[in-house]
Amino acid sequence: MHAYESDFREPLINGNKNYTIITDELVAPTEKTYTGWWLLLIIFGALAGLFIFALSWTVFFGIGVWGLNKTVDWAWDITNFVWWIGIGHAGTLISAILLLFRQRFRTGINRAAEAMTIFAVICAGMFPVFHMGRVWNAFFIFPYPNTRGPLWVNFNSPLLWDVFAISTYFSVSLLFWYSGLMPDFATIRDRSKGKTRKMIYNILSFGWTGTAKQWQRFESLSLILAGLSTPLVLSVHTIVSFDFATSVIPGWHTTIFPPYFVAGAIFSGFAMVETLMLIVRKVFKLEDYITVNHIESMNKIIVLTGSIVGIAYITELFIAWYSGYMYEQFAFYNRALGKYWWAYFMMMSCNVISPQAYWFKPFRRNLWVTFVLSIFVNIGMWFERFVIIVTSLADDFLVSSWAYFQPSWVDISIFIGSIGLFMTLFLLFCRFFPVIAIAEVKSVFRTSSATAKAERAKQEGLASGGFVGHTTFGILDKDAK
Amino acid sequence: MGAVKQSNNFVLGLWDHEEVFLHAIEHIRHDGLEIYETLTPFPVHGLENALGYRETRLHTAGFLFGATGTTLALSFMTWVMAFNYPLNFGGKPYWPLPSFIPITFELTVLFSAWGMVLTYCVRNKLIPGYVPRIYEPRTTDDRFALVFDIEGKSAEEIEKIKSLCNGNGAVEVKNRTFKDGE
Repeated sequence: MHAYESDFREPLINGNKNYTIITDELVAPTEKTYTGWWLLLIIFGALAGLFIFALSWTVFFGIGVWGLNKTVDWAWDITNFVWWIGIGHAGTLISAILLLFRQRFRTGINRAAEAMTIFAVICAGMFPVFHMGRVWNAFFIFPYPNTRGPLWVNFNSPLLWDVFAISTYFSVSLLFWYSGLMPDFATIRDRSKGKTRKMIYNILSFGWTGTAKQWQRFESLSLILAGLSTPLVLSVHTIVSFDFATSVIPGWHTTIFPPYFVAGAIFSGFAMVETLMLIVRKVFKLEDYITVNHIESMNKIIVLTGSIVGIAYITELFIAWYSGYMYEQFAFYNRALGKYWWAYFMMMSCNVISPQAYWFKPFRRNLWVTFVLSIFVNIGMWFERFVIIVTSLADDFLVSSWAYFQPSWVDISIFIGSIGLFMTLFLLFCRFFPVIAIAEVKSVFRTSSATAKAERAKQEGLASGGFVGHTTFGILDKDAK
Repeated sequence: MGAVKQSNNFVLGLWDHEEVFLHAIEHIRHDGLEIYETLTPFPVHGLENALGYRETRLHTAGFLFGATGTTLALSFMTWVMAFNYPLNFGGKPYWPLPSFIPITFELTVLFSAWGMVLTYCVRNKLIPGYVPRIYEPRTTDDRFALVFDIEGKSAEEIEKIKSLCNGNGAVEVKNRTFKDGE
């Protein structure tokens, strides 16, 4: 019945478990109150308040309150937009691409990563909308019959493609996430005591019961949504990169942008998943489900994508020199050694040099190293977008209009506030929704858990074989401590 | 046509291991018993084959919705750019097909995903606020259940169902009765 998994593979669920224990442990975070959770919610809720305040300030006084000037007319707004969108990409990668590649380690982290996608896209969407200035006219971006001709939107423009890409991405990610949540809400409903709680979770579960036919359709749906989301996620960041690549501005106008942006997006997204999951697994005691093995797998993806990004940086420099085009050469010389050298240095050291530590297994499996490096990567990827956007604009074709960008307090408040909004949404998710996909974890229990592997080893009379014993009882894993 | 009266009397067999459960289904179906409903806490591989279900047609629906999106996007952009309000954008052609590809792709995915999820919800009776019949709360936790309709069945037949479940490794076999409209 079950494809038996090699005992050489590390278990995905550690400890002595059965289905009952899995349900108990994974539903537990929604059934208790945590003092630390309240504390974090108050802090990040306050930051989310700052976000709303700073945006209201922007709407009231106009875009002039940002640090933009006539030369640098895109800065932190679009930097933040691309940064958040990039972070969102790991969620879809984990839930869709890893599903197609049959990577079972996704089951422990996909739910939280998809939630992260949705919240990151919400944060990202705020920036292009508010950078329009007259935000009450934001609906002009949609092609609707109007009294101005009708004058339609320009279907040649990557900025318009972005509108379609981001909104499709958001809504398809939401569907993917929610269709997976329904069975788990039903699990919470069926074990809840209070009448109101039962009713709320029943509404959230859409009345799921788990009949064989429902599961059959569920599997078909998730497979096809995965198949659709895979090209979708690649298209979204490709189109985001088109915003730059199709502009005839030295430093932006390069054909390498789509793959380079996609790799960077996955890179930063995995880093954010790690930052969040390392805290979540500790606070909610989910170390048996998000194991060191999961962290190591993600670190392998980080070193791969980080190196792809590094190669892209170097390729850009080489092509700029090789093109023989003066303005292109200047843009890159200026990027690395000009007045924004410090941003370029942050980008290179955080994105290219720091992840190289993951070539070594002890670093890949060390949680502190992972946590620190995940933050480095997040910082580095923010600087990457800042470098691309601001350095290319600041020193343009006319020396007389060269300028230096300095953020205003509103810029800074909106950025920090967007982190507050993201974390507030994520904290609410952690408390009320199942953070780990309960049904999916159960479906890998018979093949990939420490318990099942130990049972099999016993049946095969291998329990005394040192190696099998060592790998199957993941509890012996010293790195986990 | 009047509404078919829903049955209220059931026998429930509960298992705690999916492999035993799959074997049990094979044996029970082999003996010609009709299974009214099958409930599991997670998707069990091979379950639909054991039950003799035909393949779901959800992916066909997904394809048709996707094709609708493709057609709609292409024809709408063609109508806008080439017929309704042709504008010269930097000397580009009035029908710039390559420029249409990103949006066409996005709308294909959008229509396919939404159409499929809505079809899925309708076919699976997933509506917010719908209160389903819960045969046994543990079927979303750690139990695999077979539900048998015993409305109008003789005591002998009911006994046969129960003994077959017990003989095939069920950890619990019990009656489940609902009130009308429950």
